[in-house]
Amino acid sequence: MANNDTIKKTVTVTLLLCLVCSIIVSSAAVLLKPLQIANQALDAKRNVLAVAGLMEPGQSVEDLFAARVTARVVDLNTGEFTDAVDPAAYDQRRAARDSQLSRRLSRDDDLARINRREDYSVVYLVEEEGRLQTVILPVRGFGLWSTLHGFLALKADGRTVQGLGFYEHGETPGLGGEVDNPQWRAQWTGKQVFDADGEVAIQVLKGRVDPQSPKARYQVDGLSGATLTTRGVQNLLHFWLGEQGYGPFLDRLHEGEA
Amino acid sequence: MMKPKELLLAPIFKNNPIALQILGICSALAVTSSLRVTLVMCVALTLVTAFSNLFVSMVRNHIPNNIRIIVQMTIIASLVIVVDQVLKAYLYEISKQLSVFVGLIVTNCIVMGRAEAFAMKHPPLPSFLDGIGNGLGYSAILIGLATIRELFGSGTLLGYEVLRLASNGGWYVPNGMLLLPPSAFFLIGLFIWVIRTYHKEQVETVEYPMAPNTQDLSAERAPATH
Repeated sequence: MANNDTIKKTVTVTLLLCLVCSIIVSSAAVLLKPLQIANQALDAKRNVLAVAGLMEPGQSVEDLFAARVTARVVDLNTGEFTDAVDPAAYDQRRAARDSQLSRRLSRDDDLARINRREDYSVVYLVEEEGRLQTVILPVRGFGLWSTLHGFLALKADGRTVQGLGFYEHGETPGLGGEVDNPQWRAQWTGKQVFDADGEVAIQVLKGRVDPQSPKARYQVDGLSGATLTTRGVQNLLHFWLGEQGYGPFLDRLHEGEA
Repeated sequence: MMKPKELLLAPIFKNNPIALQILGICSALAVTSSLRVTLVMCVALTLVTAFSNLFVSMVRNHIPNNIRIIVQMTIIASLVIVVDQVLKAYLYEISKQLSVFVGLIVTNCIVMGRAEAFAMKHPPLPSFLDGIGNGLGYSAILIGLATIRELFGSGTLLGYEVLRLASNGGWYVPNGMLLLPPSAFFLIGLFIWVIRTYHKEQVETVEYPMAPNTQDLSAERAPATH
């Protein structure tokens, strides 16, 4: 057998191997990209429906979504609906990185640790017989390892939680990943996000909520072993419900003006 | 030279990568709380082991000895990325549940172990079969674990309700312990016990025999048996 340990042979083998492997990996990534994007879009719709409690077994996600949900765009600076961008074509994630369509957050404002906040956000409205039932707001923020992307569904008063769910995150399975646990998610329903003075009051505790406490309506049990992830969840809710997020929009909604 | 049949079947009971070689425990604990996810993981791991063995074996006569581990890793990592991309495109829900564990096949000792121990020394076809065989050995244990854990942990199999849960008006109160990763440790231990009861040659000799519990140690020092 020829000597394989010469420098020339080592370099040649390394280069050839890297070339072949990178071609295989990149062609797999490029060829499968469209399917993956379609999956993500469908998954986002499924999550909008799930967080609003509209999922019905046996019904196609696309049909349900088209029948029940309307997408509108909110200008986060004014809190008003706007037609400046088309909700179907608007890529919110890209907008959040675009200096024309987003704004850098100062350190103090950036509770959710997302660096930039887009000017426009797509919100989803569920109406029944012309009356608003649920409003679904996309939220995101940093947990322990990753940015959590999810939806917060509020009842028509803009104060009461209908549901909270994350559709994309990279938290530790079994610990922070338990933000997907149906039992933990079920607790959110009915919680109040603002206190009587209109301040954001929702809290994720470390440990269990004392049901006797007067604050219990603003509090959710923590996840054991996931302090940093749940703190991230609390911070991102405080950010998105606050002045920099949907605060102005929710105030208008609450006063019945939106 | 081993026969093809032996290459395929020996790793299932006689030389099982999990039960005898105690490799790949991490993912065996993590993904086995639901049978459907486990099946996908098994197929993914079997394919990666088989093809990494095949490719490593094909180039084995050209791999410089001092970078052989890196070469094996590169081949394995590329295969894992391809598998991960395919899952994301065609089995999106399951790929979300498997999350990091498909990516972690790269560090699964079974894949690396077979590439280094077998594929570097044997021609492509036997290596490929050895990869499939070890994948099957891994799968056999995982499917066993997942069946027990899902059936008694959630009362379902492949998502279909088998034991009607008390919370749905039935009689079965699920054992939540089985949904947590440590339960897989107990089950793997039981599997190893069963396998070694039938294949007694797998029982290791005791390296440090325990002294008998008496006053006079010098008189009764137990000679190492076995």
